[in-house]
Amino acid sequence: MPNELEFEKPILELRQKVDELRQLMETTGIDLTEEVAKLEERLAELSQSVYQGLTAWQRVQLARQPGRPTTLDYIRGLCTDFVELHGDRNFRDDPAVVGGIGLLEGRPVTVIGTQKGRDTKENIYRNFGMAHPEGYRKALRLMKQAEKFGRPVILFIDTAGAYPGMSAEERGQSEAIARNLREMAGLRTPTVCFVTGEGGSGGALGLGVTDRVYVLEYAWYSVIAPESAAAILWKDASQAPRAAETMRITASDLLAFGIADEVLPEPPGGAQKDPAAMVARVKEKAVQALEELSRVPIAQLLQARYDKYRAMGSFAER
Amino acid sequence: MLKDLFHKKRQYATLATKAEDRAKGPAAAPRDNIPQGLVNKCQSCGALLISKELQKHLNTCPHCGYHFPVDARMRIDITLDPDSFFEYDPGITSVDPLSFPGYPEKLRKAQEATGLLEGAVTGEGTLDGHPVVIGVMDSRFIMGSMGSAMGEKLARAMERAAQKRYPLILFTASGGARMQEGILSLMQMAKTSVALEQLHEKGVLFVSVITHPTTGGVSASFASLGDIILAEPGALFGFAGRRVIEQTIRQKLPDDFQTAEFNLKHGMVDKVVDRKQMRDTLAAILRIHAARGWANAQ
Ligand SMILES: [Zn+2]
Repeated sequence: MPNELEFEKPILELRQKVDELRQLMETTGIDLTEEVAKLEERLAELSQSVYQGLTAWQRVQLARQPGRPTTLDYIRGLCTDFVELHGDRNFRDDPAVVGGIGLLEGRPVTVIGTQKGRDTKENIYRNFGMAHPEGYRKALRLMKQAEKFGRPVILFIDTAGAYPGMSAEERGQSEAIARNLREMAGLRTPTVCFVTGEGGSGGALGLGVTDRVYVLEYAWYSVIAPESAAAILWKDASQAPRAAETMRITASDLLAFGIADEVLPEPPGGAQKDPAAMVARVKEKAVQALEELSRVPIAQLLQARYDKYRAMGSFAER
Repeated sequence: MLKDLFHKKRQYATLATKAEDRAKGPAAAPRDNIPQGLVNKCQSCGALLISKELQKHLNTCPHCGYHFPVDARMRIDITLDPDSFFEYDPGITSVDPLSFPGYPEKLRKAQEATGLLEGAVTGEGTLDGHPVVIGVMDSRFIMGSMGSAMGEKLARAMERAAQKRYPLILFTASGGARMQEGILSLMQMAKTSVALEQLHEKGVLFVSVITHPTTGGVSASFASLGDIILAEPGALFGFAGRRVIEQTIRQKLPDDFQTAEFNLKHGMVDKVVDRKQMRDTLAAILRIHAARGWANAQ
């Protein structure tokens, strides 16, 4: 496996031993069934203890694994007849954000999300999934279109953040994100978002003001990336693991703070180990959520969305 | 009302800013210093300015026009009609939801240095006779960063503006979301935006006034959502920080990058307004929005 992380190495080594033993059994004909079974059991135990005891930083590393399903993988798994739609009608098409229309179990949906690449070449084309203002504006155009035709919107978030560049500032990165926040608050159609990997600050939130927020087990979502937090707090980006703990950015933290409605379990070792299973789980959740939300009258839906975001935060009153 | 009287009294008690409290304040970059003491040096042209002269010019340099920052109290004084201000929610204050190292101490220091419980003051009053809801952020309070308490104060002010149909004026000054409150600080962007959507739906005017500096999560939420966006000369207004961008694109940015004037050129603000003209400009905007008269106007 090319992308094993440091903390996964003991698992990998044990798995290799099991495979060697099996091969030995085949080539020599000696019965090693009992030994293999024992090792398999140990492997399962080890694997469980490693993945259940992950630190926040290890989760961040898992969330960044390149083999995880991307937004387009989820779209292909969720939709039939998907038609990708391009451009913000103002400036250009931003490849860091993809979106379009399709059928989810026969019913129309609009699907939008940030798009990372699989390799360097694709990542450069996708700008590593970091959107420019036109990406957010394309997303808004497609959301307003969904509202017009009564289609629910499904959003996928996996971005380190909105792109910090000169042209992005010139074209109003702030305004593009801000407008999405306000427009999503009032969008007269059900909205659901999935944080599938990285939820990088305002760049993530710009696609994430929705009726439901689902966070994958190893995803993170934070006001600031752990490396940047470490640079500010301790003037040392290598303190990122410590910052990851301090900032409370894991899926269970998000659930505890009321940001996530539900944490979606990932396949053993993460979504990248079994992308098909992850996509299937997300599809099931999307169908279930839209079934529920589509039965709620729009006015009630908007009020619930308002109440949910209005209540976020923690303060005291003297 | 008795309750109102009580609030009004308390408001002065919490807002009083003593010179000695200020002196203990956190050391900010020279650019961001609020004038204090008898003589202040202009950061732009170097002129020595006595405090009376500076005050007369609303903390701007009479020689070069450089805008020194002003605190929340002074901003309200120079914007609203005398004695018309009634403060909302003066008792809202921050807690420490993440048990973040050093945050309670940081809060206490900011409160002592500013005489404020939180980095924004909200309330209502009149401006040239027009009732308005006003919110002013104070850059001295942990860089004007937005945590849950500030988000709550602003959201309540927005809700009251919607309820009373009073125009909303927000003076922004913030380094962005308050990282010590983690994801909850990010969600204040969403909280204030849902409140603004309600205001927008009701057709109530919202004027956003950008003052130095307005960046990050505040820039990417309500600061950018004004029906009309005014900015003070030279005010920094942008999403990402200059250093982050320079590191990302590996080139030096122009000196005027993200200034009010830069934003005007790129279509992101409606007008750059000198502090001495700000009240008159706001009054004109309010007059135009208060005027009715066309037969089929709603
Ligand atoms: Zn000067």
